Amino acid sequence: MSGANDLYDPKEVAALAPEELQRAVTQASAAFAAAVSLDELATARTAHLGDKSPISLARRELGALPPKARADAGKRVNEVRTQAQRAFDDRRAELEAERDAKVLVEETVDVTLPWNRVPLGARHPLSLLCDHIADVFVGMGWEIADGPELESEWFNFDALNFGKDHPARAMQDTFYVAPEGSEQVLRTHTSPVQARELLSRDLPIYLACPGRVYRTDELDATHTPVFHQVEGLAVDKGLTMANLKGTLDAFARAMFGPESKIRLRPSFFPFTEPSAEMDVWFPQKKGGAGWVEWGGCGMVNPNVLRACGVDPEVYSGFAFGMGVERTLQFRNGLPDMRDMIEGDVRFTQPFGIAD
Amino acid sequence: MRIPVSWLAQHLELPEDTTPDAIAEAFVRIGHEVEDVIRLDNVSGPLVVGRVESIEELAEFKKPIRYCVVEVGDENGNTEDGKPTGRRNIICGARNFAEGDLIVAALPGAVLPGDFAIGERKTYGRMSQGMICSISELGLGEDHAGIMVLPPGSAEPGDDAKPLLGLDDVVIDLSITPDKGFAMSARGLARELAAALDLDYHDPAVVELPETEGESWPVTIEDEVGCPRFVTRRVTGVDPAAPSPLWLRRFLTLSGMRSISLAVDVTNYVMLLLGQPLHAFDATKLKGGIIVRRATEGEKLKTLDGVERTLTAEDMLVCDESGPLSIAGVMGGEHSEIDSETTDVLIEGATWDPPSISRTARRHKLPSEAAKRYERATDPAINAVAVELAAQLLVEHGDGTIARGRTDVGSPVLSTPVTMPLSLPDRVAGVNYGRGVTARRLQQIGCQIEVGTDEQGVGVVVATPPTWRSDLTQPADLVEEVLRLEGYHTIPSELPAAPGGAGLTAAQRRKRRVASALAVSGYTEVVPFPFTGAKTLDAMNLAADDPRRNAVALLNPLEADKNLLITTLLPSLFETLSRNISRGQRDLALFHIGQVTLPRTDAPKAPQLGTDRRPTDEELAQLTGSVPAQPVHVGAILAGKREPAGWWGPGREATWADAVEAARTVAAASGVELEIVAADLAPWHPGRCAQLRVGGFPVGHAGELHPKVLEALGLPKRTCAMELDLDLLPLDERRPAPIVSPYPPALQDIALVVDQTVPVAQLIDTVQQGGGELLESTQLFDVYAGDQVAEGKKSVAVKLVFRAQDRTLTAEEASAARDAAIAAAGERHGATLRA
Repeated sequence: MSGANDLYDPKEVAALAPEELQRAVTQASAAFAAAVSLDELATARTAHLGDKSPISLARRELGALPPKARADAGKRVNEVRTQAQRAFDDRRAELEAERDAKVLVEETVDVTLPWNRVPLGARHPLSLLCDHIADVFVGMGWEIADGPELESEWFNFDALNFGKDHPARAMQDTFYVAPEGSEQVLRTHTSPVQARELLSRDLPIYLACPGRVYRTDELDATHTPVFHQVEGLAVDKGLTMANLKGTLDAFARAMFGPESKIRLRPSFFPFTEPSAEMDVWFPQKKGGAGWVEWGGCGMVNPNVLRACGVDPEVYSGFAFGMGVERTLQFRNGLPDMRDMIEGDVRFTQPFGIAD
Repeated sequence: MRIPVSWLAQHLELPEDTTPDAIAEAFVRIGHEVEDVIRLDNVSGPLVVGRVESIEELAEFKKPIRYCVVEVGDENGNTEDGKPTGRRNIICGARNFAEGDLIVAALPGAVLPGDFAIGERKTYGRMSQGMICSISELGLGEDHAGIMVLPPGSAEPGDDAKPLLGLDDVVIDLSITPDKGFAMSARGLARELAAALDLDYHDPAVVELPETEGESWPVTIEDEVGCPRFVTRRVTGVDPAAPSPLWLRRFLTLSGMRSISLAVDVTNYVMLLLGQPLHAFDATKLKGGIIVRRATEGEKLKTLDGVERTLTAEDMLVCDESGPLSIAGVMGGEHSEIDSETTDVLIEGATWDPPSISRTARRHKLPSEAAKRYERATDPAINAVAVELAAQLLVEHGDGTIARGRTDVGSPVLSTPVTMPLSLPDRVAGVNYGRGVTARRLQQIGCQIEVGTDEQGVGVVVATPPTWRSDLTQPADLVEEVLRLEGYHTIPSELPAAPGGAGLTAAQRRKRRVASALAVSGYTEVVPFPFTGAKTLDAMNLAADDPRRNAVALLNPLEADKNLLITTLLPSLFETLSRNISRGQRDLALFHIGQVTLPRTDAPKAPQLGTDRRPTDEELAQLTGSVPAQPVHVGAILAGKREPAGWWGPGREATWADAVEAARTVAAASGVELEIVAADLAPWHPGRCAQLRVGGFPVGHAGELHPKVLEALGLPKRTCAMELDLDLLPLDERRPAPIVSPYPPALQDIALVVDQTVPVAQLIDTVQQGGGELLESTQLFDVYAGDQVAEGKKSVAVKLVFRAQDRTLTAEEASAARDAAIAAAGERHGATLRA
């Protein structure tokens, strides 16, 4: 850079003349605009913003000017340089955007190609429904109990007030365990869990027990020898049949919607007295809303409480049970029960992992 | 239990406008399930009584055919030369009638049940002008035995047959619960209906018995527990050919029973009316006095169905001096049966011990109408009335004479009073029933009641149940009577406030997580039956002493070759896999979570426990210990491709590693870490079986199945499976949170050369331990065997991640830790660093 030049002769630094500078900018902008690729733009940049470009050369002359003139000229040079740089930046942004867009277009794929590379699994609808039922009762403050499926006759029958020779015992179509006299059966209902829990828990008890049970029915569209039940048991001071109805109404609403409700008909079960069959009002019933048989229930027979060491003078309780397959059948409109147990993946997969 | 409404109406003041549906609804409301309401009025057009005038046998057809001239009354008959003949010509294929018999004829224009229109038509070469009807054709019952022959003199030809047959009646078919034996009779059902509708009721068993003199037959009861009461009456001179009156046959038919002979029909009728089963003996076939006793083991009796039965010491018998006459309360013997020549009838009306009848009926598989009533308990106060009524009917319709004496032995317990607080029904129901309701309802069902107060001044009712209600033994039973008669619809709905629970247990939550994790990983849940058989266990190649062969057997399996309860989930998974494959599926990944049944080696015998008290803790431990262990297992099976072929490539076959991966998924969902050890266990491939361990303890196996097993089971080659015992995984309820270091890791890769036989898992384990605290994690990225390493060796490449909690590690620190890891591997497995 040359030092301050007192011998200033503007003619000798024509490059710094405003019109010269303006021309350089105009030429630079035109060249940038004319560039159709980033490569061409880079070449134009060298020509118009590079070390040897008119603007850079003009800048070099600044040192030769006297201080006042230098300031003016410096300002002018910076202005044009900024202008040219902006022109370059704008064009570069344009060209880069064009290039990017082109790359993305080139990278386009058919997103409708099948995406099932990782196969999907599913929960079984019966398990999902059992979980859902458990959640309903947990929501009411109840707990969930499990028990063995091969059960002693004492828990499955005796403790539940089935006399040794009562016809009700024969009505249950029981699978008996070998050898003869083993006093063990495949549980015919989830009710033995009642007895087990009454014997092992502190009172009060509010329990639901979804589980698998067994009857010697041949498999057909409406019967299966292995099926699921959900059992409910509440034992507390002062429980009434109205409480039973209230619980079942709440459960029915959770399963079948806010319009659903329960109707009780007197019946007989050895382990409850009074006993009732329950029908549920199912708004979405095929062919119009109506009552559907749902299960059995009643007030826990004092004999059951006594066998489990609970004083029936102090405590009362209610119990109920319903079939999960049956619930699923009319809730989800399944005509044939066999579909639920055969394990055909085409049946189960649509259920996914949500119920 | 089928009952015609007309029969109910005989015993109560039923308003004329009561519809059958209202009756059915009333029964349901008080606890009697209605299976069906059968209307009999589905016959229209001319149905008349006819008399068979002549029969011409037509022999030229495949079966004998009759061409009959039937007298049907002038209005219904043909005309000849403008004059009524009063006759119709009818073709009939049945043969159980004779000239002169009264029959029911459906004439052209009649429509029988099932839209069966009767017209004049040519058949078997003749014009048939109607049809001679059978019971089933009229919709009166299932009896296909032949056409219906009416008793002589019961009607005139040309009479409208509809009222005569009761075709204006309605039959209600009820299912009676096992506690309410009394309702298996017109007597009991009429009483129930009267209570449901608040109507007046007349008990058909309230009959004055005529005075008698002496015994009708010598009877000795040797077992009063088995037989609390035994009554007999003898009717002589009965005309064996006397037909049952039409009304009686009608009741039997509508009640679902067949008419057999007057004596048998009468005993059945009385049973249907009063609920007391009767038995009729041919008195001339009896030898000496009757003895009521238990059978001796192995004693034999041919019952009237022609089957020789071998009796046990529990069966009650009615015997004479020659031996057993009948199995008490269940079925009569062939020898003493009423036959077509019987004139001398001894009617037995006994009371039997319900459990004894129940056992006998079940043991001999004889669920007779009598047994059904006896096992539900009969009314021990009406035996004499029932016997008397039957005897009278035999006199009336069979021309018999009742012999003077009546035998009535035994001393039944009639009923025991039950004391109940008056407010108990209100408290149980949660309803305020109002004064007098409890007392009124209890009286309505036949209780004798006394209302008073106990020592504490609490109002109580002492109810003596009626003799037909032996099911009423405790206050709760009385409560149910009040509640059901008042109606369950009057009970309000009140949700009780549970005290608040602890949510699902840790095991329950784990089970859900495992199921969800497997489903998300591409496995489909199945819920197969837990039954298998020795054949499947053989196919699985289990050794004779394999503990999984120690399976519980069922006495009454549905399929004989699936009599065992599974000890492993694999048989169930095999079956489900197989079914899916047979339906065209190829690429399958299934899982199941369920109990298996593992007999205990030294299980205690279940103690004999009553139900009158809580079992002691010791008894309970014995009882629960007597039941086999039933842990919850999770199993998975894979066949075909784990990842399907597609536009992305050829896909990937499922391998042993996927089965192990499934186990790891289960472990991860359970919050435990699995250790993998090579194992050799059937039914897995001996070189591709991993034992799964947690904390050093085996919990299951995974890998590819043995090719021979797959062949035997007909499953695809290379099928892989995993099974582990979920209950063996420790439940980790509160896992300590890790402290995460904010410092950068130092990464070092090493390649170790070891013998082919060294398990990689062990090698990495050693490296991990050798690396010390600074070695945060390891990552296996290559296992190589081939030209680049010596014969019998493999190179295992592992990325080591070093990090400290409190500082950035220096290269020297990381290298020192790495060298320690390598040294450990060298020492333990002879590993050398790959050059």
